[in-house]
Amino acid sequence: MVDLAAHAPDLRQEYMALTRRRRMYSGILLVIFVVLMVASFDLAESRNAGGFWDGIRNALDFPSSVLSEFWAKRDEFPKNILRFLPSLAETLNIAAASTILGACLAVVLALLSTRGLALWPRLIPLFRRTMDILRAVPEIAVALVLIFVLGGGPVPAMIAIALHTAGALGKLFSEVAENADLKPVEGLASVGAGWAKRMYLGVIPQVAPNFLSYAMLRFEINIRASAILGFVGAGGIGYDLRNTMTFGTGMFDQAAAIFLLLFATIMAVDQISSTLRNRLSATQR
Amino acid sequence: MTELALDDRRRHHEAERLFARKRMFSIGLPVVAAIYLVYVFFAFDVPGLVDRARLDNAQILVADSYSHKTHVTLDTRSGEVEVAIEGEIKGLYPDHLVPDWIVQPAAGEARVDLGSGQVAEIRDGAVWLHLPDGKVIEARPTSQGVETTLPEGLDVPVNVSDTRLTVTLDDARLTVTRTRIEVLRYFFGWEMFWFDLQSAYAGRSATELAALAFGGERIDPERHNITGMLRDFWNNRVWRHGDVAWALVETVIMAFIGTFGAAIIALPLGFLAARNFAPSLLARFGLRRVFDFLRGVDGLIWTIVLSRAFGPGPMTGSLAILLTECGTFGKIFSEALENTDNRQIEGVRATGANAVQRYRFGVIPQVMPVLLSQVLYYFESNTRSATIIGAIVGGGIGLFLTQAIITQKDWEQVAYYIVLIIIMVMLMDSFSGWLRTRLIKGRPGK
Repeated sequence: MVDLAAHAPDLRQEYMALTRRRRMYSGILLVIFVVLMVASFDLAESRNAGGFWDGIRNALDFPSSVLSEFWAKRDEFPKNILRFLPSLAETLNIAAASTILGACLAVVLALLSTRGLALWPRLIPLFRRTMDILRAVPEIAVALVLIFVLGGGPVPAMIAIALHTAGALGKLFSEVAENADLKPVEGLASVGAGWAKRMYLGVIPQVAPNFLSYAMLRFEINIRASAILGFVGAGGIGYDLRNTMTFGTGMFDQAAAIFLLLFATIMAVDQISSTLRNRLSATQR
Repeated sequence: MTELALDDRRRHHEAERLFARKRMFSIGLPVVAAIYLVYVFFAFDVPGLVDRARLDNAQILVADSYSHKTHVTLDTRSGEVEVAIEGEIKGLYPDHLVPDWIVQPAAGEARVDLGSGQVAEIRDGAVWLHLPDGKVIEARPTSQGVETTLPEGLDVPVNVSDTRLTVTLDDARLTVTRTRIEVLRYFFGWEMFWFDLQSAYAGRSATELAALAFGGERIDPERHNITGMLRDFWNNRVWRHGDVAWALVETVIMAFIGTFGAAIIALPLGFLAARNFAPSLLARFGLRRVFDFLRGVDGLIWTIVLSRAFGPGPMTGSLAILLTECGTFGKIFSEALENTDNRQIEGVRATGANAVQRYRFGVIPQVMPVLLSQVLYYFESNTRSATIIGAIVGGGIGLFLTQAIITQKDWEQVAYYIVLIIIMVMLMDSFSGWLRTRLIKGRPGK
């Protein structure tokens, strides 16, 4: 009791010192952050063709010209929508196929790089690095290089997105698999099951709902990626969008149709996948 | 007794149904996926792809990405021989640097050693290719085409027509057309990576350069050798290291402004859109739809719309990322705020704090770790997006990459940029991971 009272001023002082130090650290961080932000803004501004403040004033010019043309030719709207449905389907196909292929590869990579499950424990760092690199390579680089070799079309985009997906999902999958219960695996091992069987019967059933939910999230992301890759030349709705945009005024009604299609698709997939994911996590409990 | 048995049987039945459902799910899903992939296989015309694939392109690409070639070219009209790396003006050898496997006895003449006993001799406007087995291929460009004399029983790939001759050797190639004779030889490595040929430091060995750097005579009397080297490296006209470094900075800046700008804007909006803080239901509902809209429109469309107003450059890319992430962060932030513990806020309120103080001391400390970690995660992923957006808006490393790919010949530079991008993304990854653990788990000073 006496001791505590004697130490009280000490404690308080220490606490105040600690708080002050923490505040100082936060203050320094904040100052650094603000300086970086302002400097970056300045640099970006100076290296941009058009200035920020001029741009803000013109920001609505393009949307309004698109909207006015869209309104002027509103009769053609249903026709435009129908015209771009096939390329929308192609974009969706690229996204879906690359998600499936990428997820399959990711499962293998993830299991091979998870401690306790790996077939060759010594090679875990190798598979981890592989996934890191797959994740880091921008899709656009792979896609453009493959277009040079394979010619245009959806396949280069599909491969590019699938590789990236494998890296991104592999990391998430491996985190999930790390928490898997090892008892079924040991049980299977005791009856002489090989590695593939142990994984397929012992691990996959445990982690499948989580894997599926991550894969669905990835599908959403891949639709966007597939549209962007189309824009740089890999087919699908992005390619159509680029054509209408380079044509400029006169085809803005079609651009508007593509905008709407893309927007509606992304929203719809977003909704469906979030419902499905909720249901998946509900069944798990 | 009978009731128990009935109950048992019902439970048994239910369990079997559950099993059946699970089995259907676990077998059905892969089957559906497989059928879908088969459909895609034909929809994407993969069988036709085998015909369309240009394997020769792949060969060029692979060879070019790790090696370079030196061209020795005779222009038949001017009658002059030029030696240049990749046949580019920027790679033109000045006379004192011409490699020793090329001998130029007189103007318009050259003797090119192509390795393993193969020699090409350019003389009197014609070329003789001596092969190791003693056979000689002769070709002379004329105003009508190319006159070619081929020996019998040649075992090297030769492509000959009236107007063109191509002989492909290991690591070398001879091309003759009406206007030029071109001999090129492949070498391992990226040539001129450190200094271009106009630099005074080109063509020196590493030890020579090191000796020059530490003491040694000044090559350029105006500055120290080290500064001279750095300057020449930075301003290398072929690899453009300086410009590439700026492009990388631009890319990171796009991600930085986009992500953190969005976070700053989204934080107050998140409060307005969170159930437990929203001043009015209408504002909350409206803001949620705005977030959905920003996210749903997608970075691609924002990029296109904005580049019309802001012109090409990094600012446009930043704003495109900013708009998309405003939607994402608005949603994440408002959800995090909805999960805050009310007791802390009430505790702060009990001390007589006003609204701002309640947010500052009751709410922010609760949500900050979650928000920061999300923002840092997105910062890393946006660095990668910024390369792609840069390719569209014409800024950053994405522009360099796409341009190098589109020219279809500078594959060594493509490889260089890809390596740089991978390093950049990995650095951002570990940096944001380091910052995350630092800011959230182990606070500094503790």
